[in-house]
Amino acid sequence: MSTGTVALRVRDLRRNFGAVEAVRGLNLTISTGECFGLLGPNGAGKTTTIELLEGILQPSSGSIDYLGEPLGARFRREAGIQFQHTALQDFLSVREHLELFSRLYPDADSIDAVMARCALTDLAGRDARKLSGGQRQRLLLGIALINNPTVIFLDEPTTGLDPQARRNFWSLVESIKADGRTVVLTTHYMEEAYRLCDRIAIMDHGRIIAEGTPRELLRRHFAGAVLSLPVADLDASKVDLAAWRVHHDRAERVVEDVAAALDDLRFQRVPLQHLQIREHTLEDLFIELTGEELRA
Amino acid sequence: MMLRRILAITRARNLEFVRDRSALGWNILLPLLLVLGLAIVFSGDNQPLYKVGVLTQATAQLPDAESEPLMGLRFTQFVPELDPERAIRLVERHRLDLLVDFQARRYWINTTSPKGYSLERILAGLPGPPLERATVTGEQTRYVDWLVPGILGMNMMFSCLFGVGYVIVRYRKAGYLKRLSATPIRPAEFLIAQILSRLLVIMVVTCAVFVGTEWLIGFPVDGSHLSLFVIALIGAVAMIAMGVAVAARTTSEELANGLLNLVTWPMMMVSGVWFSIEGAPAVVVWLARCLPLTHLLEAARAVMLDGVGLIDVADHLLILLVIAAGCLAFGAWSFRWRDV
Repeated sequence: MSTGTVALRVRDLRRNFGAVEAVRGLNLTISTGECFGLLGPNGAGKTTTIELLEGILQPSSGSIDYLGEPLGARFRREAGIQFQHTALQDFLSVREHLELFSRLYPDADSIDAVMARCALTDLAGRDARKLSGGQRQRLLLGIALINNPTVIFLDEPTTGLDPQARRNFWSLVESIKADGRTVVLTTHYMEEAYRLCDRIAIMDHGRIIAEGTPRELLRRHFAGAVLSLPVADLDASKVDLAAWRVHHDRAERVVEDVAAALDDLRFQRVPLQHLQIREHTLEDLFIELTGEELRA
Repeated sequence: MMLRRILAITRARNLEFVRDRSALGWNILLPLLLVLGLAIVFSGDNQPLYKVGVLTQATAQLPDAESEPLMGLRFTQFVPELDPERAIRLVERHRLDLLVDFQARRYWINTTSPKGYSLERILAGLPGPPLERATVTGEQTRYVDWLVPGILGMNMMFSCLFGVGYVIVRYRKAGYLKRLSATPIRPAEFLIAQILSRLLVIMVVTCAVFVGTEWLIGFPVDGSHLSLFVIALIGAVAMIAMGVAVAARTTSEELANGLLNLVTWPMMMVSGVWFSIEGAPAVVVWLARCLPLTHLLEAARAVMLDGVGLIDVADHLLILLVIAAGCLAFGAWSFRWRDV
């Protein structure tokens, strides 16, 4: 399959749960071979959206096409899915789980190859209940890869993992991307989205409020850089604090001309030993757009 | 601090239970229904001392004590019998103490039955025209011989219903079914796999237990073992299908538990596991006839104790197959992968 054709096309997608509108008229196009990230605060509709895209939930209205066809048997054969919470069968080993799922697909990948890719070979005989969080996520990813999918859905795959396990998981996802597979990812971690996603959509209240590449979105919404200083270093009699945003014990200010801003601070005799200058992040964008912290 | 944590968890669990109205309802209703059911089964102040079969036509009433003085005998249960051959077999097995045909002016007793001897002496002292004596012989069916199919059937019933029904609900609640739904597997395939898996386990276990107890206790099997196997197989399919029907869309483990208990307890009490339902109130007999375990046990006992073949128990097998088909159709129609 060539990169750049439309893998998933979503038109006016809606899903209601009783009187609650979880997804309100979503339009999306995800190209083959790209990693698409869905971001949003808790309750934004990310999981409902990804479950609609996975074909697990039926939409109240609207349509989802996979390679130009409505979701159907072909999609179920060619899609790999890692849910946010998945129970596994008791008393089965890692290899037995992969064998079980491989038998559900007509053209499953080699179990040894999947285990090698997901660093599960040494854990093949271990009871799945005795895996660590990172090992368990790798097994779930292995199950999602067992049918050699062309599109793979990862719903908050690294939530709850320690930083090392998270980075290992990112490397796995990068290797999946390198195969040319389409990846649809939801995450709470901005660093994860920035590192892995070619494009992202930020959702809030069941709608997409921003969509584009991470760099595009940051350019579109921000200019300049962020200056950050300890609040204690700012003398209120000399500095106009209204221009600064105080966050815990630090004050931040967005400036377009960093050199001019520094000259200004020096003129006001503000100590600069603890000054930090950073670029805008997706987290800044998220707060800007939703008014909420992103952490789960 | 520990007590506080325990109390907090206890309170949360109690709230969860109380707020799950369906499960709460079953937990109250089930014991109530059980008490009512047992009260009906064991109603009556005086349990009968003798059991007398009376050969009669399907539509005919049993004669009264005025026309036939035997019918006025106290502490005696009179059971209408339509099939003479079957009734004579019951006398041979001591399951009837006496069989009488008032139209033919004839009675049958088992010469080895103490109760038959007593009844014959009583009969001789009653007024009215005499009845012609016919005798049969045969060893009494030991209670344990009669009980073995009941115990095995009950074990199959619990294994079928809880082994499939409860497990499917647990899979659904844990999200495992949701994961499976993302694969090409169809609901019918999943259900068939569950049925086959449980059927294999049950048949292997039941056969092993049967052979083991047959060797240890030495109970008689007058019919063929193959017939028994076929009956057990069809009975297991029917009861597994009931488990599938219960679990098809139930999402609460507690509701599933209540529903499965609602199905299993009546079968344990009125399907003839522990005692025969012959002579029980009509409503109990009617209920028993609706339950698969009744037909499984009656067919199995007929083969084991009366030596009949599959053709003779075809009516029971047909009912079991109808129950299986109905429950499977309902289960497949109403099955849901997830709790939405």
